[in-house]
Amino acid sequence: MSQYSEIAHNAVWKQNPGVVQLLGLCPTLAVTTSVVNGVSLGLATALVMAAANGAVSPVRKFVPDEIRVPVFILVIAALVTMIDLTIHGFAEPLHKVLGIFIPLIVVNCIVLARVESFAAKNEPAPAIWDGFMMGIGLTIVLALLGGMRELVGKGTLFSGLDLAFGPEFKAYILTVIPDYHGFLLAILPPGAFLGLASLIALRNWAEIRKTTPNNAATTNALKPSH
Amino acid sequence: MPETIIRHASKTAMTLMAFAIVFTSLMAYVYQVTKQPIELSEAAARMSLFRQIMPAHMHDNDLLKDTIALPPDPLLGTTQTTLANIARIQNQPSAVILEAIAHDGYSGDIKLLLAIDAKGTISGVRVISHKETPGLGDYIDIARNNWIKLFDGQSLNNSTESDWRVKKDGGKFDYMVGATITPRAVVSATHKALLYVDQHKQTLFSVQTSQEDNAQQENK
Repeated sequence: MSQYSEIAHNAVWKQNPGVVQLLGLCPTLAVTTSVVNGVSLGLATALVMAAANGAVSPVRKFVPDEIRVPVFILVIAALVTMIDLTIHGFAEPLHKVLGIFIPLIVVNCIVLARVESFAAKNEPAPAIWDGFMMGIGLTIVLALLGGMRELVGKGTLFSGLDLAFGPEFKAYILTVIPDYHGFLLAILPPGAFLGLASLIALRNWAEIRKTTPNNAATTNALKPSH
Repeated sequence: MPETIIRHASKTAMTLMAFAIVFTSLMAYVYQVTKQPIELSEAAARMSLFRQIMPAHMHDNDLLKDTIALPPDPLLGTTQTTLANIARIQNQPSAVILEAIAHDGYSGDIKLLLAIDAKGTISGVRVISHKETPGLGDYIDIARNNWIKLFDGQSLNNSTESDWRVKKDGGKFDYMVGATITPRAVVSATHKALLYVDQHKQTLFSVQTSQEDNAQQENK
């Protein structure tokens, strides 16, 4: 595997920020009430992570070890502010949808985690790729979680698409369960925890099945080691 | 060795300062560049919100510039001075757009924007922000439901005091089963805003124009 496909595999499956590293849980749990919300925040995070990794990697040799964390936070906060202002100024409809999420990205520790553990040790190109793919890995989790919660909670998929892209996209909103009265638990915060727990369990199950070819070994893997 | 420690510390501090200066100037630059587009797009967004609650034929002035400061008032539920926009036709005040806040929602404040004409009739109401339960109380939001349009055309003249309640409490406003607290708060805030406009008719609908308007007149 080349370095780049290894980074991608690592970001999307092995070290997925949403279900393996469990970093940045606050936005993950808070905004995933629908697919559109989840994907919007995910893509914005991917953009910020790529930019943050790209900004830190070239200057990594000038940053003394003692002050690396304040410098990284400074860089991330500045980047997020600049991206927020730019989107607000030149893409108003997009800002309406992402507006409240973008400042949230500053407090997402996955951004700082990747800057610290990858960008501070690697060349700019792989660092940007790592940041972007980590963001995509997070986006996939947010999309799945948003989809689950929206389907169970409201019986629809892709609601809010018209708010993101204009009224003509209203036709793409799927009403999966017609005349559904909604299951509020899925939309409220407990639904986020339950949904994320199911996703983590599902991923662990898939990982165990993949790494242990024999059925007998599966039961061993689930036993606590002494 | 104290000297090397001091040298090391100041070198570190200088590095941090250099980063702070570079990124602060970058941010300042982006702020400068985006300032005007942001103001323009915010004005456009505000105008399109006004357009939802007040048809274009109700005014011929620049709504965004023709403002009047309203001191905090219990009838509006405001705790800070808010700006109301005055609509005029031929310089004659025709309507006012003002903010009201309902504090008795199910969770948190519900912020309303109301357009009320000089006769005291509601031209439109919109919820600007709320924290009501998604799927239950959020039908007051136009993005979810047309419920808020019930207020169009209502006034103190065509309804009695007791009409200004939800149907469950003996009033004339519909609500949805499962969420009564939310519409109750919106109905009562709207009612109180009407009372406020009624009490302050003189100041709100006086012919006196704002300074910007005067300047515009002179330019013509």
